[in-house]
Amino acid sequence: MTVAVETAGTAVNGGDRVSLLRVLGPAHVWALGVGIVLVGEFTGWNFSADKGGTLAALIVCWVVGLLYTSVAMIDSEVTSTVAAAGGQYAQAKHIVGPLMAFNVALFLVFAYTMLEVSDAILLGDTIVAKAGIDGLTHNSFIAATIVVLAWLNYRGVLMTLNVNFVITAIAYVSIVILFFSVSPWTQGAVLKLNELVTPGNALPYGWIGVIAAFQFGIWYYLGIEGTTQAAEEVRSPARSLPYGTMAGMITLLIAAAMTWYVCASLMPWEYLGITPYPLWDAGKLTGSPLLENLLFVATLLAAIASANGCINDAARAWFSLGRDRYLPSWFSAVHPKYRTPYRSILFLLPIALAFAFIADLNQAITFSILSGVLQYTFMSINIMMFRKKWPLGSIRRGYTHPFHPLPAIVLFCLCVVTYFAIFLGFGSQLIAMIAFYFLISVWFHFYRYKFVRRGDQFSMPWPKPQGY
Amino acid sequence: MSRYTPPEQSKTGQIFDIVVVVVAIFVALWLPLKLGLAGAAKSIDALDAKTWEALGQNPTMASIWEKLGYTPETAHDVIQNRFHYVIDWPTLIIMAIVLIAYFVFLFRASDREYRDVIIEKFEDK
Repeated sequence: MTVAVETAGTAVNGGDRVSLLRVLGPAHVWALGVGIVLVGEFTGWNFSADKGGTLAALIVCWVVGLLYTSVAMIDSEVTSTVAAAGGQYAQAKHIVGPLMAFNVALFLVFAYTMLEVSDAILLGDTIVAKAGIDGLTHNSFIAATIVVLAWLNYRGVLMTLNVNFVITAIAYVSIVILFFSVSPWTQGAVLKLNELVTPGNALPYGWIGVIAAFQFGIWYYLGIEGTTQAAEEVRSPARSLPYGTMAGMITLLIAAAMTWYVCASLMPWEYLGITPYPLWDAGKLTGSPLLENLLFVATLLAAIASANGCINDAARAWFSLGRDRYLPSWFSAVHPKYRTPYRSILFLLPIALAFAFIADLNQAITFSILSGVLQYTFMSINIMMFRKKWPLGSIRRGYTHPFHPLPAIVLFCLCVVTYFAIFLGFGSQLIAMIAFYFLISVWFHFYRYKFVRRGDQFSMPWPKPQGY
Repeated sequence: MSRYTPPEQSKTGQIFDIVVVVVAIFVALWLPLKLGLAGAAKSIDALDAKTWEALGQNPTMASIWEKLGYTPETAHDVIQNRFHYVIDWPTLIIMAIVLIAYFVFLFRASDREYRDVIIEKFEDK
């Protein structure tokens, strides 16, 4: 079988190089990004209404949209220049340093694995709710989802992302159909926004509720940055990654606005804030069996697409850690036939299964959000360092984002607000996770790093960074 | 500067490292769940009168709750289950210190490692 690792994206098997395949185009990048994220419209975003009311959910939809637009702009520039599997991990390795890269890879693995767990729980709960059979639990559906999707990922990235493209498109179209089916241009017939969102209940907790709502507002878009994980399998990274990521962000902003408008106009905020499947409920409340069933199927498809993309991304981040010996190199094996990071896929499978059985939906979502926000904090500082160490003109960039350093400053400020939002209600989880990252960083810096080759980590053909 | 040659790690060592990482993951993620520290800090503000009016629901809202299968009694715990946002300053300060210390350690230790990488990479040329 496959063993040690030699160069970027390449493992050696009995003298034959086995590398990840460059088979993906912009549509696959879009499918990977939107596929991971779109489930956020089907569940999760609505918990922001629980934390701050329906109007708070709308405010954070827009403001967090700004955060993610900054993420997409920054990410497109750095990734179109550092096109390597692992995405932000490879960026950190070349721009900040090995310990940061190790942490960023862990952020990615946790964010995506816990998102996968959330997806599987959503899928199981939705099927159980639809079946309405006493004694039926979600466990078997969760296990089947995670295992089948891991198998799909094991078999090959092209098939995985082709499947994602189709089911993501169906789920997205279902939101558009729902939106136009409820006559969004008229109030009173189906939609009753004026009667459900009143001056008395729009912001039930005041402005502190708006800040608190940032936590789950992240869920509207969490994972769009996952497009960069496919950097080594994209035919033209400099073109496909910015196109796919920006197109994905625009798609999601439109979906988020439509989702909020329909859901806020169909259910009271107290219910909207706790339902695990707001769009399916919206379909039910229209009174149309066709829409109800369409949104039921779309909820399942969105969960499957997201879990599928998450397995893809988490495995590639873990694979990258093994390839650079940040973790045992055993993880860096590429399957000789399917050309996938199969050991990483298999290793993360039981971890996802275990947490799917012990965590509930909003806990799993919070774990994922925490790792995501840590990663965005890194990205805001990373782009500053990137521009300082290699100013414009010193290296070839596939894409240069405008208005620098404004997006980075906006991103950093919104991350600080989101930490405070997480503190309001989920502070213990935040401290526990930071303690984990701190201790594992000490372990890496003082012990594990001795197994890592030094100069080999810098694989880009760039000049020496300024200031070194 | 001479090129650094890392030691070869034995299979036992690799397995041990994998176990360390797995245990750390489970402790960090599972322990807060087990200790009941995870999850939203909410509590129910109970009302004596369980009517739609007392629960602050207008006729449109009440009709939707009923469409969803709720009565005022069953909706009471959903509607009255609220966050109580009180800023616990000592905990907030601890959280801020932990976060800042973590990032400071990350960037400083990374920079030390990065300098070795750059020296080895560019001195070889």
